[in-house]
Amino acid sequence: MVVKVYGPVFASPKRVLVCLVEKEIEFEGVPLDLLKGEHKDPEFLKLQPFGTVPVTQDGDYVLYESRAILRYYAEKYKSQGTDLLGKTVEERGQVENWLEVEAHNFNPHVFNLTLHVMFSSKLGIPRDENVIKESEEKLGRVLDIYEERLSKSKYLAGDFFSLADLSHLPFTQYLVGPIGKEYMITSRKHVNAWWNDISSRPSWQKVLQLYPAPL
Amino acid sequence: MATPVKVHGPPLSTAVSRVLACLIEKDVPFQLIPVNMAKGEHKSPDFLKIQPFGQVPAFQDEATSLFESRAICRYICEKYPEKGNKGLYGTNPLAKASIDQWVEAEGQSFNPPSSVLVFQLAFAPRMKLKQDQSLISQNEAKLEKVLDVYDKRLGESRFLAGDDFSLADLSHLPNAHYLVNAAERGELFTSKKNVERWWGEISSRDSWKKVVDMQKQST
Repeated sequence: MVVKVYGPVFASPKRVLVCLVEKEIEFEGVPLDLLKGEHKDPEFLKLQPFGTVPVTQDGDYVLYESRAILRYYAEKYKSQGTDLLGKTVEERGQVENWLEVEAHNFNPHVFNLTLHVMFSSKLGIPRDENVIKESEEKLGRVLDIYEERLSKSKYLAGDFFSLADLSHLPFTQYLVGPIGKEYMITSRKHVNAWWNDISSRPSWQKVLQLYPAPL
Repeated sequence: MATPVKVHGPPLSTAVSRVLACLIEKDVPFQLIPVNMAKGEHKSPDFLKIQPFGQVPAFQDEATSLFESRAICRYICEKYPEKGNKGLYGTNPLAKASIDQWVEAEGQSFNPPSSVLVFQLAFAPRMKLKQDQSLISQNEAKLEKVLDVYDKRLGESRFLAGDDFSLADLSHLPNAHYLVNAAERGELFTSKKNVERWWGEISSRDSWKKVVDMQKQST
C-alpha cells in the first residue's frame, strides 16, 4: 500500500517523508498549497480538523501530527530499513526525550523564524523584528545545550541515528538556507558535525530532490 | 523489590503533575524529590546535570535518566505495560497511534495557549507580576478555536483517542485544572457540551484527585 502524504513541499510533512524513505516505505505526495489557504478548505478540514499539515492516508487509515506519524511507521516497520527507535525500552526513552525537546524547545523558535523571515510577506502578516530577534536568542541558548549534549553523544538519543535527530531536518534546512542563519550551526563545532552528518544522509537528499522548498 | 522511580520537581508544576498522574494511573511506586524553584534550584549545576534546560520535571529509573513530561509518560507506559491501567497507551498499534496523535495535538495546539493563560491568570498574580491583557485575549481566542475542534471530536468519541481514557486525555489535566480552578476560566470548558462532559469525567478520576491532593499538601 502506498502512503499518501499531504503538503509534501512544506517542512513538517518532510519529517514524515524522510522517515518513510529511511523505512523503505512507498509514498505519494498529495499537493496542498498552504500559501493559497488550501489547508482551510472544508474538504481538508474533514481529514485534519486543526487545518495543518501533514496528514497521511494509508488506504482508509488517516493519521495526523508529524511526530505521531513518525512513531507509528517507525514501530510498524521496525524490522525493515533503518531502526529509528533504539533497541531497548531505555534507548526508546532517550529517543522520546529528545523528540519532545525538538517539539517544545527547538521547534517553536525555528518555526517563528520560518514564519517571519520566509513567509510573512507571502501570507500577508507583518514581519515582526522583535519576534525574529527573540527567537534567534532563544534558539541560540537551545543550540548551546545541544552543543554540550553532542560533545558527549554522537546523536541526540545516543550513539544511533533516531527519530529525535530526523525530526530536526526540515526546519534546520530552512535555518541554514533561506532564513540565512547558517552561522548558528557552523559556529558550534559538535552541532555542525551532527548537522553535516544527518543532512547528508541519502534519505534527506532524496526528499530535497523530490520536493524542493516552496520558496 | 525494585527501587521506586524518582521524580524531581514541585507538584504544583503542570509538567510535573502530568508525570505524577501517569505514575498513579500505572500504579508505579515513586519518590517525589522537591525542587525549590523560587530559590532557583532548577538552575543549579547539580540540577542542570539531570535536566540541561533547567526545567521540571527530571526523572530517574535506576540507571535511566529522562526529562520532558510526555516522554517520561510514554517511557513509564512502555517499561511497565502490565501495571495499573494497561490501556493507558493503547494495547494495539492503531490505538497507540491515535493516542500519540492526540498527545501531539495537546502539545502543539492546546498547550501553547493554555500555558500562557495559566501563567498570566493563575501564576502571575501570585508572583506579583504584571498581567499582559493583550496576550490574555489573544490566547483565549486561540484556545476557543482549539476547544471547538475538541467539542466536535468528543461528540463522536467518548475520549479523545477513542472509547477509553488514555495518555491523550491525561496530558490535558494539569493546564485545564488550573484554568478551571485557579484562573476563573471554567466557562471555556462548560460552554461546550461535549468538552464539559469530557472534562467532568477525566477530572474526577481517582488518580487526578490524588495529584490535586499532593498539590494542596505542598503549599
